[in-house]
Amino acid sequence: MTAAAIVGIGATAFTKDSGRSELALAAEAVRAALADTGLAPGDVDGMVTFTMDTSPEIAVARATGIGELAFFSRVHYGGGAACATVQQAALAVTAGVADVVVCYRAFNERSGRRFGAGVRGREPSAEGVALGWGLPFGLLTPASWAAMHARRYLHMYGLTTEVFGHVAVTDRRYAARNPAAYFHGRPLTLAEHAASRWIAEPLRLLDCCQETDGGQALVVTSLARARTLRRPPVVIAAAAQGAARGQEQMTGFYEGDPGGLPETGVVARRLWRDSGLGPADVDVAVLYDHFTPYVLMQLEEFGFCGPGEGGGLVASGTLPINTHGGQLGEAYLHGMNGIAEGVRQVRGTSVNQVPGAGRVLVTAGSGVPTSGLILAADG
Amino acid sequence: MTVADLSAQLTAYEGRSAVLGGRGRDPVDAAMIRHWCEAMGVPGPDPAVPGVGPGVAEAPPAMLQVWIMSGLSGAVGRTAAYEELVALLDRAGCTAVVATDCEQEYLRPLRTGDEITFDAVIESVSPRKTTALGTGHFITTRTEIRANGELAGIHRFRVLRYAPARTRTASPAERPRPVINRDNAGFWEGVAGHRLLIQRCTACGRQRFPWLPGCGECGSPLWEAVEASGEGVVFSYVVMHHPPVPGFEAPYAVGLIELAEGVRMISSLVGVAPARIRIGMPVALEFVRAGDQELPVFRAYEEGL
Ligand SMILES: [Zn+2]
Repeated sequence: MTAAAIVGIGATAFTKDSGRSELALAAEAVRAALADTGLAPGDVDGMVTFTMDTSPEIAVARATGIGELAFFSRVHYGGGAACATVQQAALAVTAGVADVVVCYRAFNERSGRRFGAGVRGREPSAEGVALGWGLPFGLLTPASWAAMHARRYLHMYGLTTEVFGHVAVTDRRYAARNPAAYFHGRPLTLAEHAASRWIAEPLRLLDCCQETDGGQALVVTSLARARTLRRPPVVIAAAAQGAARGQEQMTGFYEGDPGGLPETGVVARRLWRDSGLGPADVDVAVLYDHFTPYVLMQLEEFGFCGPGEGGGLVASGTLPINTHGGQLGEAYLHGMNGIAEGVRQVRGTSVNQVPGAGRVLVTAGSGVPTSGLILAADG
Repeated sequence: MTVADLSAQLTAYEGRSAVLGGRGRDPVDAAMIRHWCEAMGVPGPDPAVPGVGPGVAEAPPAMLQVWIMSGLSGAVGRTAAYEELVALLDRAGCTAVVATDCEQEYLRPLRTGDEITFDAVIESVSPRKTTALGTGHFITTRTEIRANGELAGIHRFRVLRYAPARTRTASPAERPRPVINRDNAGFWEGVAGHRLLIQRCTACGRQRFPWLPGCGECGSPLWEAVEASGEGVVFSYVVMHHPPVPGFEAPYAVGLIELAEGVRMISSLVGVAPARIRIGMPVALEFVRAGDQELPVFRAYEEGL
């Protein structure tokens, strides 16, 4: 149990063409998160974002009235950074190096540079070379890398792509009831999933999350200060990062079996250890869903079910997952909107509220070095 | 110009003359009949046709078009109207032409010595049609062929003038380049010499791929390159459909190959339809050229088929 809490959340609208700069989106999200807390910009002294974010902390600070900063930090590995931004904030707050830390992520991922376009030329850094092994063979999109894992997963457990469909249908069912979701009012059937076109077989269009323009921000402070603010504190019960032995970025093909997510296993062990909780204690799981197969693998790595049983668990509905609609249904905000949904569940304000939800697991981008949080009600 | 505008303009050419006062280049003659029969593999005509006269032969009716062909120098005697029609289609992008069918009516036999004259009319220009070749318009011409001024046959000929369908012919030279730096240059040098090199730690003996400047097992920076046998199996695979990737024609298969040496690598799977690929399928190394770049690919072998 850390002594830090999330005290504010704020987001822009989630659109396909924001018509604004990424900095403008980041600033709007930060203002909204601060307004949610009742704190003033001048109270903020720390900021954390993704290395991929194009808006520097100081630019966001200048645009939102945030003054002196005592702590600024960035986390690498795409969506794997999401929960780690909150971990960084909690570490800074509990170590006393900062008092109020804002975590943010904003981009025009749909109208600007789209990840799905694939990598082509890469600079010959170690990172470029690692992704580069697949380029001359035409394996160069996130979906294609995920599909290599997905094929192995289906093979290992003798499953069909219908198991992926359960994730898409579940996300879209929640999104259909969420006015903030891009797919509000548009649920999906298993048959529609099965009929959607191949992108990178065995992944179909509806196995891939949408692309979004938008921003999301979160505010973290000490639990003691959180108790003085207008919203009930959402306690950061545990926060962890994880990278596996032989870890790669989306191309974890070479070690172990790519039908699993060893980095998620690292995060799971840490979160269970640090929180003293287990799968049975979790009321809601917000699992990073850039591609549907990873949701199943995460459920298995966290021990919610046995290997290969994720699809059945999702279909059963016994564990509420991605109650905002996930990134497939609500918005692709690199996982930051999932943390906000975890906060709403603990506060009791989700549009798909799970009655009495007191403990929420939130995860970050999988297939890359990743992170996770357990959020809990105070007391 | 809209499709409807173009169609209206094209239709206006129907009924106009395509060839006016055309003349056969030579009279019907025995040498051409003999060459044609030999080329077609049919028996030649009886040299003496009763009632016609000694030394006079009748040409096979199917030779009708032979006597009006304009030769290698190209079409001659076409009217300005026909040339305008072709130019109009050219400007609309219908720059390719293919003959699609031909109908003939034979009214009077052609005999050696007959002088041939002909006139052609643009019988019809079709609305816009999309075919496997591309989208365009069928032009049908009707040619009346006379022998010594007497109507001998009618030759109806149809061509498609079309804009060729865009067939994406992926050139391997357009493929994304390998990413090469000092840590993996040795691998690509090996590939250039048709050798698939993996690394072996000289401290602990562990073989590794992808190339790295240190051992993931024991941490040693010391290694040597060893040549892989090129034998392996499909460990996982993806069939790529979207987005289009330069140098590839979708769907194409990419495999995660487990080599006999125990390491895995990404490569193209060739020699097998994507639907027939199976995990565990044996594969063998070969090299392909993509522009100036050699690439290692793996050919799949289907068992028990
Ligand atoms: Zn070693």
